[in-house]
Amino acid sequence: MANEIMEGGQAIIRCLESEGVEYIFGYSGGAAIPIFDALVTTNTKIKFILVRHEQGAAHMADGYARATGKPAVVLVTSGPGATNTLTGIMTAHMDSVPMIVLTGQSVSWMLGKDAFQEADIFGITMPVVKHSYMVKDPNDIPRIVREAFHVSTTGRPGPVLIDIPKDISGGPCTADLHAEMDLPGYRLDFSVDNDIIHEIAEALSKAERPLILAGHGAMISGADNILKTLAEKAQIPVTTTLLGKGVFPETHELALGMLGMHGTAYANKAVCECDLLLNIGSRFDDRILGQPAEFCKNATIIHIDIDATEIGKMIQPQIACVADAKTALEELIKHVPVLETAVWRKHLDGYKAKYPLKFKRQGGLKMQHIIDEFYKLTDGKACVATDVGQHQMWAAQFYLNDSRYNWLSSGGAGTMGVGLPYCIGAAFGRPNDVNVCFVGDGGFQMTFFELATAALHKLPIKIVVLNNHYLGMVRQWQELFYEDRTSGVDLEGNPDFVKLAESFGIKGFNLRRPGDVKRVLQSALDYNEGPCLINCEVEKTDNVFPMIPAGAPIEHMLIEPPNRKLEKPTGST
Amino acid sequence: MLNSDKAMHTLSVYVSNKPGALARIAQVFSRRGFNIESLVVSPAVDGQFSRMTISCSGDPDGLDQIIKQVLKLIDVLQCIDHTYDESVMKEMGLIKIAVDSEGRSEALQIAEHYGCKTVDLTPESMILQVVGNPDKIDALEEMIAKFTIIEFVRTGKVVMQRGQEPT
Repeated sequence: MANEIMEGGQAIIRCLESEGVEYIFGYSGGAAIPIFDALVTTNTKIKFILVRHEQGAAHMADGYARATGKPAVVLVTSGPGATNTLTGIMTAHMDSVPMIVLTGQSVSWMLGKDAFQEADIFGITMPVVKHSYMVKDPNDIPRIVREAFHVSTTGRPGPVLIDIPKDISGGPCTADLHAEMDLPGYRLDFSVDNDIIHEIAEALSKAERPLILAGHGAMISGADNILKTLAEKAQIPVTTTLLGKGVFPETHELALGMLGMHGTAYANKAVCECDLLLNIGSRFDDRILGQPAEFCKNATIIHIDIDATEIGKMIQPQIACVADAKTALEELIKHVPVLETAVWRKHLDGYKAKYPLKFKRQGGLKMQHIIDEFYKLTDGKACVATDVGQHQMWAAQFYLNDSRYNWLSSGGAGTMGVGLPYCIGAAFGRPNDVNVCFVGDGGFQMTFFELATAALHKLPIKIVVLNNHYLGMVRQWQELFYEDRTSGVDLEGNPDFVKLAESFGIKGFNLRRPGDVKRVLQSALDYNEGPCLINCEVEKTDNVFPMIPAGAPIEHMLIEPPNRKLEKPTGST
Repeated sequence: MLNSDKAMHTLSVYVSNKPGALARIAQVFSRRGFNIESLVVSPAVDGQFSRMTISCSGDPDGLDQIIKQVLKLIDVLQCIDHTYDESVMKEMGLIKIAVDSEGRSEALQIAEHYGCKTVDLTPESMILQVVGNPDKIDALEEMIAKFTIIEFVRTGKVVMQRGQEPT
């Protein structure tokens, strides 16, 4: 039977449908018109969300994927439309988030000839994608789209870009839409080496002070339940990375919260004192290592990761296991005995009691106070997006997560501006949940134009602007390490955020006094006509603690503000 | 700063013949401060795939990471380090030297010792073609340098594993 003849653009939309795509976030443009036309002519059920800037589209798709575990699609035009997605693609790549980016391109015969709005986006994005395609024949579309989703969502996920010249999206496609994949170099071997599992179990059984470090990989693989069962069975305390927040319930008695530069004192002390570290799906990021040569120097280190390049990249483990986290733990739990960790746990409980995370509810209005109150008012069940900076670290400390997919934060890339679009993407994916973003006044102004997108779709998101009129994290470094020489951090000239919100038809609240925190946040939570923004005028010069200066050993953690002059950090940023 | 102890390595890469495959592989090396000294790409027996032989130098500690990163690329099927095995390594070189009737016989003597073919001869110059392992070509270069070397072009090394093992 002959296949139906359709345009390339129509084939793309049909293929996206068979991948189960719900939303496309994007922005139109000349070279992508055939694909936009196909959105109409195919009568598709896929909903297209028109954003206000292509970077917003990429971050929304990223936020949608983090909040649902499903990939979303970005559709933009060539040249500047494509390059505007670059930061969003890199952000997703650094945090292993699945995403399909479709970029329009000049017609094939103009490639490389500096055509209007031509950019070599295939080449430009190469270092920040998991894989990419330049389509040269409309009949390749079904195979390429299928491969793109497969590659993007399996193994260690990541963004995949498909660049589509206009003559391809507008040309005839007669290929079978259920094309076979052709990926002979893509290895997905999830089988677990039983000898290694036995070795891990053996090492665990000898440990007196074991510690589990759970990262984003554990989350992605869906290892949350098995991790909880394992930790409870063997009585091992668990610390999580920034992106691992929620893979183990942070309110659990075995939970130590987040470790690393601004992690809890007790998590970091546990890392220093453990005799065995079982890393499940964390890539030993420099934010958690401090000084790599000093990290867990006296402990047996076990590293489970699906990506072989992560083994030994930063830290050489004694036992390495390249495997899917969930599969590995399901095997491991069969062999792990109950460990005698009562003394160790009591010791760590002592640290918890001695060095709790704390802040003052009196005096100036504190970001921590607002986040903590929001946590209580939402029973810790909201889907929380953050931007990047001080507020992000306080949100990580005070908004505890007990389940996965509720923490959307740019970890590896540290991309300012993600907070609002992440929250919008999450609200499309999970309309029945409370969606909040904590953003600083700096990051918010990088993407606030997406307020229009939120307002248009009446998304009941809560935008909490933690406004200290500063780029607070850099100011904190300048205060601590550069003798308080502030430079390039004063956000003089901020708009009135409530009036700004109102100009988009968005409800705005002002919050200035500690005594009003509960009342104002409750009003915001009760408001469900659409988005609302809470402008919080917080203390200008508060600092985040604990803090491990970049590149310093974890033992050098500052639990409280230091009363001495500090050396400049040796680590990067 | 990169380690100054930069050893030479020879990798053989078997890769799908897809657009961008070479650029992706090259990026793995450049991002980690490795220098590609020579690179030979040719179609494999099955034309859907290509065979690359890459000679590179850089911090030996980083090589393991490079091999894993190359293998991680979707288009790459195989990446094997042949630096320390007994595989066959060959290269071809063309050397054009300035030589007239006075020096010609000595030049031909040296050429003969290294098994060269004379592929071009003029009253003022000759081109020698040499095939062998890279050390042999280096040695020839050293010997022939007593004449003026006008141009010297090498193909870069190709490698093949002996016996039943794959390259």
